[in-house]
Amino acid sequence: MAKRVLLIEDEPNIIEAISFILSRDGWTVHTHENGETAMTKVRAFPPDLIILDVMLPGRSGFDILRDLRGDDETAQTPVMMLTARGQSKDRELALRLGANHFMTKPFSNAEVRDNVRALMEA
Amino acid sequence: MANVGLTGSRIRERRLDVGLRQADLAKSVGISPSYLNLIEHNRRRIAGKLLSQIAQCLEVSADQLSRGADSALLDRLRTAAADMQATVEMSRTEEMAGRYPGWSNLIAAQAHRLSSLEERVQILTDRITYDPELAGSLHEVISAVTAIRSAASILVGGETLDADWQGRFHKNIYDDSIRLAASSEALIGYLDAPDADGPAHFAPMDEVESYLSETHFHLADAEGTGPAESAALVAQAKLRSPAARALFAQYLENYQADAALMPLDAFATAARACAYDPIALAARFGAALPQVLRRLATLPSDASHPEMGLAVADASGALLFLKPIDGFAMPRAGAGCPLWPVFSAFSTPGQPIRAEARLPGANAPRFLCYAIASPFGSVGFDAPQVLRATMLVVSDQPAGIAKETHVGVACRICTRTTCLARREPTTIV
Repeated sequence: MAKRVLLIEDEPNIIEAISFILSRDGWTVHTHENGETAMTKVRAFPPDLIILDVMLPGRSGFDILRDLRGDDETAQTPVMMLTARGQSKDRELALRLGANHFMTKPFSNAEVRDNVRALMEA
Repeated sequence: MANVGLTGSRIRERRLDVGLRQADLAKSVGISPSYLNLIEHNRRRIAGKLLSQIAQCLEVSADQLSRGADSALLDRLRTAAADMQATVEMSRTEEMAGRYPGWSNLIAAQAHRLSSLEERVQILTDRITYDPELAGSLHEVISAVTAIRSAASILVGGETLDADWQGRFHKNIYDDSIRLAASSEALIGYLDAPDADGPAHFAPMDEVESYLSETHFHLADAEGTGPAESAALVAQAKLRSPAARALFAQYLENYQADAALMPLDAFATAARACAYDPIALAARFGAALPQVLRRLATLPSDASHPEMGLAVADASGALLFLKPIDGFAMPRAGAGCPLWPVFSAFSTPGQPIRAEARLPGANAPRFLCYAIASPFGSVGFDAPQVLRATMLVVSDQPAGIAKETHVGVACRICTRTTCLARREPTTIV
């Protein structure tokens, strides 16, 4: 059975591109665009890996990550964060809060695919 | 503040500058050299006819000898030293300014320039670090670039794509390129730095006040207008940020309402007739006192009215609006002197306050101030009471109209060491 990836991102064209890449690589991709209801989606669709944008409408990716790590069901789920802000303090915060990887936009498709593979194999 | 006790020192310095012997000067004015020596060492007071005679011999004005250097220059020099936390001979500031006024003015001007540049750097740093508009613009650009890069990589990646997917990614690239162009243009416009000598705005109200200062706070085009003309007047102001435009629209709404209630010609005539008494004007036009104070501060500056400044504050002490005038300025946030009537008015809401505000220094300006704190917005049961205080500051008014109140600009540069309101020690020795 294909591994499940949940992509939480609010840019429609980025969602389409990442979904296409990962689907072609054999993943089942679900998407969600709103930060406020992201945890509800996670519980309804327990993923094997989460790709989480930082700047989301309703709630920031950092807040969602904090909730994910505080919930027994999702505490161990690999999370890869995406952000358009490449500041070192964002990276430090993400890693301190328990992110497994941090990618700065703009990224290449190969980077996304390779990092998802690496996280699932870890 | 000039030290009047140093008149003798100034006589000595001037005499040496012009190369005149003590005995010769004493003989010229009909006194003994030993008596002149006592004067020059500040052991004898000197004034009146003898001072005039000595001044004539030394080819300077008696006032220059008795008052010394310009008090404003002294304050600027002391502030310069305090701002740089420099170890200098503070006790000899007056001597320095008196003997080398050109160099002293240069030092003061350079200190002012340095301070302005530091403030500008701080504003620009804050803007880059915290400005949500900049962060949003950058996010928009990077998101568009990311989407284009991903879609383009898929199209050229060598994988077989059916026509439907190809069409979708082509369309996405096209849409994102349009978005990228628009967001890039907005970002460039935002980052288009003003001239080095121009203002670097940060707070929206700073931007509004900067525009108003260009018009001397009198909006001639807004006189006699109403809501129908507001949009055009806001656009005319060419304010950069949406927040500044919103604040200016609020300001304009008040301005138009005040002008409708107190038409310019009638108001200016009545103001002159009652010597700018706000209470009389409020009764004459049936206006609330804060409205009258605001309206007075917007009278044209070229119509022989006294110069009038305005400050509006909320109960937290934050300044919401400031029209500075020569000699009157207040820090935008914190660190200001709490003794100004705009702040003391909060202790008696609804009660008008009149005071003659006196700044430190012998020749420092004095202002006649009218202030009142009043409820802002609609009131309701169990609702918090929001107060705002409005203060009009009038210059060049006769002394004695109101009780004198000692005020300052900020504790650091205030010489009133025993002031009850002092929050921190002065840096002026």
